[in-house]
Amino acid sequence: MTALLDIEGLSLGFPRPGGGWNPVVRDLSFHVQRGELVGLVGESGSGKSLTALAILGLIPPPGKLLGGKILFEGTELTGLREPQWRRFRGSEISMVFQEPSTAMNPVLTIGSQIVEAIRLHRPLGKREAREEAEQLLEMVAIPEPRRRLSSYPHELSGGQRQRAMIAMALAGRPKLLLADEPTTALDVTIQAQILELLERLREELNLAVLLVSHDLAVIAETCERVLVMYAGQLVEEAPAAQLFRAPEHPYTRGLLAALPYLGRPAARGELPSIPGQVPEAEHRPSGCAFHPRCAERLDRCSLEAPPLISFEGDRRTRCFLRAIPAEEKGTTP
Amino acid sequence: MTPLIEARGLTKHFSTGNALLAKHRPVVRALESVDLSIERRECFALVGESGSGKTTLGRCLMRLIEPTRGQVLLDGEDLTALRGRELRRRRRRFQMIFQDPYGSLNPRMRVSSLLEEPLAVHRLVPKEGRPRRCRELLDMVGLPASALDRFPHEFSGGQRQRIGIARALATEPEFLVADEPVSALDVSVRAQVINLLYSLQQELGLTLLFIAHDLALVEQIADRVAVMYLGRIVEVLEARHLLDAQHPYSVSLLSSVPLPDPKQRRGRIVLGGELPSATAPPSGCAFHPRCPVAQQRCREVLPTLQPLTKGGLAACHYPGELQREVVPNGTFSPQSRSEN
Repeated sequence: MTALLDIEGLSLGFPRPGGGWNPVVRDLSFHVQRGELVGLVGESGSGKSLTALAILGLIPPPGKLLGGKILFEGTELTGLREPQWRRFRGSEISMVFQEPSTAMNPVLTIGSQIVEAIRLHRPLGKREAREEAEQLLEMVAIPEPRRRLSSYPHELSGGQRQRAMIAMALAGRPKLLLADEPTTALDVTIQAQILELLERLREELNLAVLLVSHDLAVIAETCERVLVMYAGQLVEEAPAAQLFRAPEHPYTRGLLAALPYLGRPAARGELPSIPGQVPEAEHRPSGCAFHPRCAERLDRCSLEAPPLISFEGDRRTRCFLRAIPAEEKGTTP
Repeated sequence: MTPLIEARGLTKHFSTGNALLAKHRPVVRALESVDLSIERRECFALVGESGSGKTTLGRCLMRLIEPTRGQVLLDGEDLTALRGRELRRRRRRFQMIFQDPYGSLNPRMRVSSLLEEPLAVHRLVPKEGRPRRCRELLDMVGLPASALDRFPHEFSGGQRQRIGIARALATEPEFLVADEPVSALDVSVRAQVINLLYSLQQELGLTLLFIAHDLALVEQIADRVAVMYLGRIVEVLEARHLLDAQHPYSVSLLSSVPLPDPKQRRGRIVLGGELPSATAPPSGCAFHPRCPVAQQRCREVLPTLQPLTKGGLAACHYPGELQREVVPNGTFSPQSRSEN
């Protein structure tokens, strides 16, 4: 069976001042199955948000697609013209953003914005659409949904606004929801509510969710499979249980170690960290992009770019360490 | 010994809305009679959700905003009674590190001017000695002297936060307030900045008030933690006992923290509702409408901070009533990898 979303060799870039292109996302391949909750993790500059935008055909100009394919239920989306994109956007694939207050129109009521979204995708009259909007608000557990239809975005709290945003994203009955840092602007108690909501929607609607986040803990709480990006590339993919039990790529291991774990504090002043900084797209190192920060780098890491290596069936890593038998590891500085 | 910094009955009300309708203006009760004392060389953390008043408390202690009522004592001296030059003279002793290293540094000033400014304002170092002092400051925060001639935008977020720290240290303060100093940074560089703050605190004997929403981080670096809810401190406890918190709000806050381990997904106490409006806080205990174990008394009587038998203080009529589900120990440890 074809995957719901299949991305093959995707490269996205922005023009370089002197001519040519800066690849922000490089040769990215992954898939999402129907009803699956997949996490896409990365720090700033990893290309995770740009990837999500590309799936909706919304690469901000002057950026463009440099290569690769995006397939949705087997249909190629890359190369679609704007009117054709609109058939997919909202009705097949939908998105919620980090800050709902900037993604909503502040001068329109919640109700009219959801009704607009519904009628854009389905031939419903105003009254029917309004009833449907009320049901959507009920589904995302907004109290007093009928009254809330007449509220303006600023009259809702941050958590309620994010719920309304999700309701709006569901208006076209999409099969795939892209959630870009949906809880980053929210407090932990509200974050827990929104994550529960996403899990429930997946179950009730068989909705696939691609959860884009910088926060491995949020991913661990919700996702079944995790993709880790660094400097525009996929560096590791694994089922969540394996990734967190035995992270393979040195970057993933460093990231997990650097994450404070409630109940297991590290020694004072000795929190593990990854030295150096995340490289910018214009100044990516040669060879493996992570090598200047990697404690386990080999000589070849600065010269050659490691390929994605599959192992243990459903896991992948972009690291030479995996290709070398264990006893040879650690022989090079 | 007197604590280095002490708040007594600190209260801050902000008025909102139209000044012409003064009578009907709703008042935001951002802080309500907060008592707090921080010992010398202590790292004291304030945690709470947005709207809990933690930033307001930090800024009142710095006298960046005037409290409506109450006192702030630095070394036993009432800062709230000081005005003008007297106050400015004391300001050298307490400094602040801000959350956003992008917004808190003037983009048109070179690092050298950013660091020299506090030296000049407080007349600490004569002009000829300033470049040397700037190099010292950069060295303390782990930046090369070549940074002096550059502008803030030429640095990454982590480096910019280091500049912010160097600037705060320029006046040789005793007390530092760090308001979410790492939440705008990437996870992989957060720990670098946290470790730097810790080593500076040890080296310079600083007293630190660390304002954060990240409880796992607070457990790592703080000596004591105060949990705030709707303008009040509801619990104070030692950071190493954070998981034994007794106030139902602290307990549910702790249980909401996501853990980087898929095996530990259960045990969340998901609170209903949201933080009530600070213009009309609920009667009695402000947490009662969301509290899973609230009783009649909680709706009527405001609980005050009381010492607990287990140590620490909690403002709750029924401390310990709500328990987190016991979480089994996970198996992940970053060091155990060589076993596969």
